[in-house]
Formats: sequence, structure tokens, C-alpha cells
Amino acid sequence: MIGVIDYRAGNAPSVGYALERLGVPYRLVADPVALRACTAVILPGVGAARATIDSLHESRLVEPLTRWAVEEHRPFLGICIGLQVLLDHSAEGDVDCLGWVPGRVERFPDTLRVPQIGWNAVRTTRAHPVTDGLGPDAYCYFVNSYYVVPDDPADALGVTEYGHEFCSVVARGNIVATQFHAEKSGPVGLELLRRFAIWDGSC
Amino acid sequence: MLTKRLIACFDVVDGRVTKAQQFQDNIDVAPAADLAATLYDDQIDEIVFYDIKASAEKRKIDLDTVRAVAHHVFVPFTVGGGIRTLDDMYEVLKAGAEKISIDSMAVRDPDIIRQGAEAFGRQCVVLSTQVKHVGVSREFPSGYEVFIDGARLATGLDAIEWVKRGEQLGAGEIVVNSIDRDGTASGYDLDVTRAVADAVNVPVIASGGAGTVEHIADGLTAGGAQAAIISSILYSPRLERNLGVRELKDALIARGVPMRPYVG
Repeated sequence: MIGVIDYRAGNAPSVGYALERLGVPYRLVADPVALRACTAVILPGVGAARATIDSLHESRLVEPLTRWAVEEHRPFLGICIGLQVLLDHSAEGDVDCLGWVPGRVERFPDTLRVPQIGWNAVRTTRAHPVTDGLGPDAYCYFVNSYYVVPDDPADALGVTEYGHEFCSVVARGNIVATQFHAEKSGPVGLELLRRFAIWDGSC
Repeated sequence: MLTKRLIACFDVVDGRVTKAQQFQDNIDVAPAADLAATLYDDQIDEIVFYDIKASAEKRKIDLDTVRAVAHHVFVPFTVGGGIRTLDDMYEVLKAGAEKISIDSMAVRDPDIIRQGAEAFGRQCVVLSTQVKHVGVSREFPSGYEVFIDGARLATGLDAIEWVKRGEQLGAGEIVVNSIDRDGTASGYDLDVTRAVADAVNVPVIASGGAGTVEHIADGLTAGGAQAAIISSILYSPRLERNLGVRELKDALIARGVPMRPYVG
């Protein structure tokens, strides 16, 4: 059973609809108790970093999720803001994040049209059970003003070009996270979700 | 590289897509969920859904139809019409939309833009504008005026001043909908689209008037837009021939417009 974290600033229903289409059983998780029955977790997101962090604290999910992902090393997928909050710090509202992935979140320069909105190519840098099969240049749907900069370049599983090359997929052990909206990236995104659903968290 | 987007627009009445001409005379096309499923299979880049009577009838948006469409669509989905409060926005997002389009309400209460951006992020808030050519004057330096309520009510706002204000308040995208061109299949109003694209730093969406591939290509190049809203060309019964998404994309790519390639 996949747990989709459901918090005020999130878009859990869209992720749920995508999993339904794939025939993958899931439940919405809004509190620590609901998390216990899950074998994998998806943290979706459409909001701002601070609203997301605050919302996770209000739901008392920060501690159990950290135990889940960082101590128990169970399969975890972050999407969009669900990726950005995994790093140490975000420039969006100057907010401290979860710090599961060392690094920071920065804003695209104003010389570009911000937010970046639309379909852009993702190039994976190595093989990984969750992203294999997407093809060398998979077009995925992005909506972001900020992007992640992991301290360890090995954490960048996918890169994308917008003004300059930025990290669009993070992979660190049992954690995978995409800047693009996998649930809104058509057949390519559904394939990534399908692969995550059968992943045991090892690489 | 970031590609340009084709956005299918649904004017929804009672769960069914309709097609208007210059904001009037809506004729019935198909159930919204069925048309959404077909266009998703054809690999449309995005869908926008306007509950066109919600605002006039002073009722909440038709959430059942929003949910029905969201079940079939795994590409971004924007919803507008009848959204007045932050709670309305929250309900629409929970029904499966990614973005909220606000139009008449934003003119009446511009602070709703700021509130939406603060609560859900600016990428969530699409400012849709209905603009009409009125000629350059002291009141309208751009020569375009903003209208609301299905193009019926003139606001006295200059189009360019309004979109700049909307961007400042937190709008993440601007739709430029030409009242003069709506449903006419005579091409986007490239002048106002370009003027808006030059005035703001957020993505701009051309809307109103696309009848041919050339019109779309022009909107995305000369018009400076990042995305093009289409509807007549896909499904209007008023046109002799409708075109499919794939046909449109292949023709746009052949004209040098970067588009998401067809998968499979």
C-alpha cells in the first residue's frame, strides 16, 4: 500500500488519480497513524516551501516521515515541492527544510521567465530502477520558480536545461524525488510512478 | 529545452463542453470528461476548464465535473469560473486541478491573487484577462481595455497596467484572451499578446481566435506567448474541418516551434 501524504498545500488527489489509473493501491495519509500501514510513501506538492513545512508540522508528520525515510530506509518519492523540502534550506521564504538530502534550493534568475512552466527534457545521468525505461530525453511537466542544488553531485539522477542545467531528479539510497510533476507528465510520468510502486528502495 | 504548450480550452455548461463565438451563442459539443479523455490520449499538453455560468449564476464551481475530468487527465489541468475565496480555490485543487484561473473576481478583489499565491504558490494562480481593442487614449495607453463577466462589463482598466499589477500581486501566468477574436478563427490578436509578453516576466498564454496552424505558430513566435489556448480548431462544429493534436504539433514542429514530441 502506497501512502500519499495529504496536507493542505498538497495535490494528493491528482497523485491518487494517477495511481488509480495504474491499478496501484494507495491511501491518503494525513496523520502518523495512517503512515503505519504503508510500504512506500509519496510526498506530492504544489505549494510554497514554508506552507509545506508548516503543514507537515501541523499534521505531526515530520518526525514519523523522517524515521521512515532516513532511519528505516523505506521507499520514498518526493514530487516538486516534495523534492525541494528534502534539502537543508530553501531560498523561497528563507526557510529551513528537512535536510534529508544535503544541499539548498535556489531561485531561477530574473533573466528567465519565472516560473518555468511547461514540458522540458529530463536526461538521466545513470541507471536507476525508478527512472529506467523513461528514455534518454523524456519530456516531463515542470512548474517551478526554484530548483535544488544538492551538495553531492552523485545525488543528481536527472538534469534539465532552463537557462542553465539544473538538477531535476534526486536519488539518494531509498529516496527519489522529481522536480517535475510525475502525476501530470502523461505516459512518461505514469511509467515513473509504476516503477516506483514496485521498487523496494534499493539501487 | 522548455517547449511551447498547446492548451485545450473547455467552456463548460452543466458538465458539457460548449463553443461560443465572441463570448455568445454557445453550442453544445460533448461531455467534458469524454472530451478530456480523448484529448489526453491525443497528448494535449494541458487542459483549462471554465465553468462559464458559475460566476453569473453566483454559485460555486461544478466540482463533480472537475473531478470527472481530473480522473482522465494526467497532464496539467486548470480550472476557473466562480472562484471567490481561498476556500473555493482549495476545493478546486482538492478536486484534482493544478491551477486556478481567476478573471472577473480578480478585478473586483485583486487581493485574491495575493492570497492564492501565498497559500498555494504563485504557479497555482493564473490571471485570465478579457481584453478588447479600444484605441490608444490617455485612459488606455496600450489601446486595450479589460472587460469582465463574459466580456459584458468594461472595467476602465488598461490591459497592460492590469497584467503588470496582477504579476506584482502574485499571478504565475497571464492569459490574454482577445474578445474581438474569440471564436472567430481569424488568428490571435498578436499586438496585445506581444505587449503583455514584453510587460511581464511570467509565462503568457495567447487565447481567442486560433483557426489554423499558422495562427498558433504566430501566437507562439511573433506574439511572444509561451502557450496557446485552442478550442475551435480542435472541436468547433462551426469549422468545416477540425484538426487533431498530433497533426497540429507535427505542423508546428515543422515550422520550427519547439513542442513536446509525440510519445509512442
